[in-house]
Amino acid sequence: MDFTHAEHHELLRKSVRDFARVEVAPHARKWDEEERFPKELVPKLAALGLLGIRIPEEYGGSGMDTTSYAICVEEIAKVDGSLALTVASHNGLGTGHILGFGSEAQKKKYLPKAARGEWLAAWALTEPGSGSDAAGLRTTARRDGDGWVIDGTKMFITQGSVGGFCVVLARTNPAVAKQRGITAFVVEHGTKGFSASKHLEKLGCRSSDTCELTFDEVRVGDEQRVGDIDCGFTDTMKILDRGRISIAAMALGLGYGALDMAVTYAKDRKQFGKAIAEFQAIQWMLADSKTELDAASLLTYRAAWLADEGRRYGQEASMAKLFASEASSRAINRALQIHGGYGYTREFAVERHLRDAKICEIGEGTSEVQRMVIAKGMLHDA
Amino acid sequence: MKILVPLKRVSDPDNANKIKVGAGKVETTGLEWKPNPFDEYAVETALRLTENGTNAKARLGEVTVVTFGPKETETTLRAALATGADKAIRVDTTDDAIDGDLLARALKALVEREKPDLVLLGKQQVDGDANQVAQLLAEYLGWPQATFAGQITSEADKALLVSREVDGGSIKLRVTLPAVVSVDLRIVNAVGVTSMHTPPTHKYSDGVRFAALMAIMAAKKKSLTEVKLTDLSPDTALKIKYTGFDLPPARKAGVKIKTVAELVQKLKTEAKVL
Ligand SMILES: Cc1cc2nc3c(=O)[nH]c(=O)nc-3n(C[C@H](O)[C@H](O)[C@H](O)COP(=O)(O)OP(=O)(O)OC[C@H]3O[C@@H](n4cnc5c(N)ncnc54)[C@H](O)[C@@H]3O)c2cc1C
Repeated sequence: MDFTHAEHHELLRKSVRDFARVEVAPHARKWDEEERFPKELVPKLAALGLLGIRIPEEYGGSGMDTTSYAICVEEIAKVDGSLALTVASHNGLGTGHILGFGSEAQKKKYLPKAARGEWLAAWALTEPGSGSDAAGLRTTARRDGDGWVIDGTKMFITQGSVGGFCVVLARTNPAVAKQRGITAFVVEHGTKGFSASKHLEKLGCRSSDTCELTFDEVRVGDEQRVGDIDCGFTDTMKILDRGRISIAAMALGLGYGALDMAVTYAKDRKQFGKAIAEFQAIQWMLADSKTELDAASLLTYRAAWLADEGRRYGQEASMAKLFASEASSRAINRALQIHGGYGYTREFAVERHLRDAKICEIGEGTSEVQRMVIAKGMLHDA
Repeated sequence: MKILVPLKRVSDPDNANKIKVGAGKVETTGLEWKPNPFDEYAVETALRLTENGTNAKARLGEVTVVTFGPKETETTLRAALATGADKAIRVDTTDDAIDGDLLARALKALVEREKPDLVLLGKQQVDGDANQVAQLLAEYLGWPQATFAGQITSEADKALLVSREVDGGSIKLRVTLPAVVSVDLRIVNAVGVTSMHTPPTHKYSDGVRFAALMAIMAAKKKSLTEVKLTDLSPDTALKIKYTGFDLPPARKAGVKIKTVAELVQKLKTEAKVL
């Protein structure tokens, strides 16, 4: 067994880390306070290749694998959870759905623009009335001549207002079991009847754009349908499997980022005549965090490796996301504790990491849902 | 323009506290490595001289990077290839088997093979800090040299107008190619390099470029060849012999001073600076 990363993965990590240090870290606090999506960064993300990580070169992307996708998200999350969420969802969900299940014409139309950052991608599954029970969605698409008419509301959609297009899941057949009658469509911004609410106000990831979307008699041609009719939910589950690896990676980055801050602070801060790092209580917190984050990292990169090998990885992705997101929140909580009162202020980034990390326990399936997926894999799919 | 850039990895200066000295040498096991920053500036300079900055993907010329070191140092070369260099050469050796003079002699042989129009180097390594390879190489080649370049303007790829950083200001000089130039920090400022290929309206970012994801993938396919040191220089005798290494003395704890008078007193009697 070999636990070393490939050379190109190491080079990638270094490059994204340098980029994040220079282009992201100095602004992350300001973007969070302004609760504003940093549009001005998009061309730089595109130039580095971060908006088309897994898109093949023939469609203008970087042609990298799932491990690379995780590395990019992790390195960005070390300094900014919001941007990590943007990069994770743009690559994994919206463009991921077209890449995985779109027609050749759809790939040619959407992927190059997505990679260039001209069109950010959103992906709309969740609704006001259906979250964990994703297949319970009520948005409908009914046949209308050659095309379709979409009606409904979607909730918590990342890149909802700043995106150029959105892949939306809608019910096309109410007569069959709820998972069986769902189809995906790609809808462009500017299409009549399609609108986004204002950016929702959130606890964390406040500079990631999250919106409610309304589809009011939105007419699209059949060429906007992504994948087969009534098969959208199966594709959705595959999109979420890979997406969960990126959320695990985001949790890792936030956790490691906070742990680094805690180590630096503990060596620097003096109480009772010595650095607080000399107190065993502090050392144990650091040791626990490092151990749990390394365990989370192994789970995450195992799932990514399985994906790259073309093997099944759904259960492993859920384990990675479950453990990494919870380990990360624990690690950041300890990091904040180590910072004492200063950690509670906005002068230090650790409070921002704490707020940002919570989404990793909720988005792309809550921790409870991950446990359901893992147990199902053990009890039913074996 | 064909440019040759020698570059080397150094132990990460941020990990200086991990360095240990053993019997007559610096222990390198367990150290983290990074490219010598001045060498990274030289690579960035070479890239800016051989491209239209508005389309940095196409190389208008050729940049070859070379390092002297064991197999692991190929990562340093691959990193340079990922930022845009065209090909790489590793001269197989180890740090303690080379010194500045041997390096300059071997580079001369490599220059005769590769026939670059320009050799661009970092002004010095941040580990050995010798600052001599560029000067020795220019002498051995009989080429003009400009050291500590803070600004370079390429004149039709035939000559370079170089602004050299010196005490109290800068000196401008023109070198006709082929030439040897060593670079200083300021060269990677937004306006450090001017070339006829890039429109004057184009603005570079300060600092060296990041390796784009696509370029990292492309770098896997670029040529990286290995050369034996003895093929370049049969005489591998060293001119510099190290006799011992010591860590700098640990800093003593400071003292708190209550009054100005006490401060002046201490500056006089202890620090002896007044
Ligand atoms: C910042 C942000 C960005 C998001 N981005 C997107 C996006 O881009 N696209 C998209 O489609 N969605 C997105 N979401 C939605 C997200 O995926 C859902 O919020 C999540 O799946 C949970 O759904 P819910 O909020 O409806 O919670 P609910 O499903 O209502 O869950 C409430 C609680 O009940 C628990 N629960 C529910 N069912 C069970 C059960 N069977 N057993 C045990 N416990 C259960 C849950 O774990 C949770 O604790 C985003 C959400 C946020 C906050």
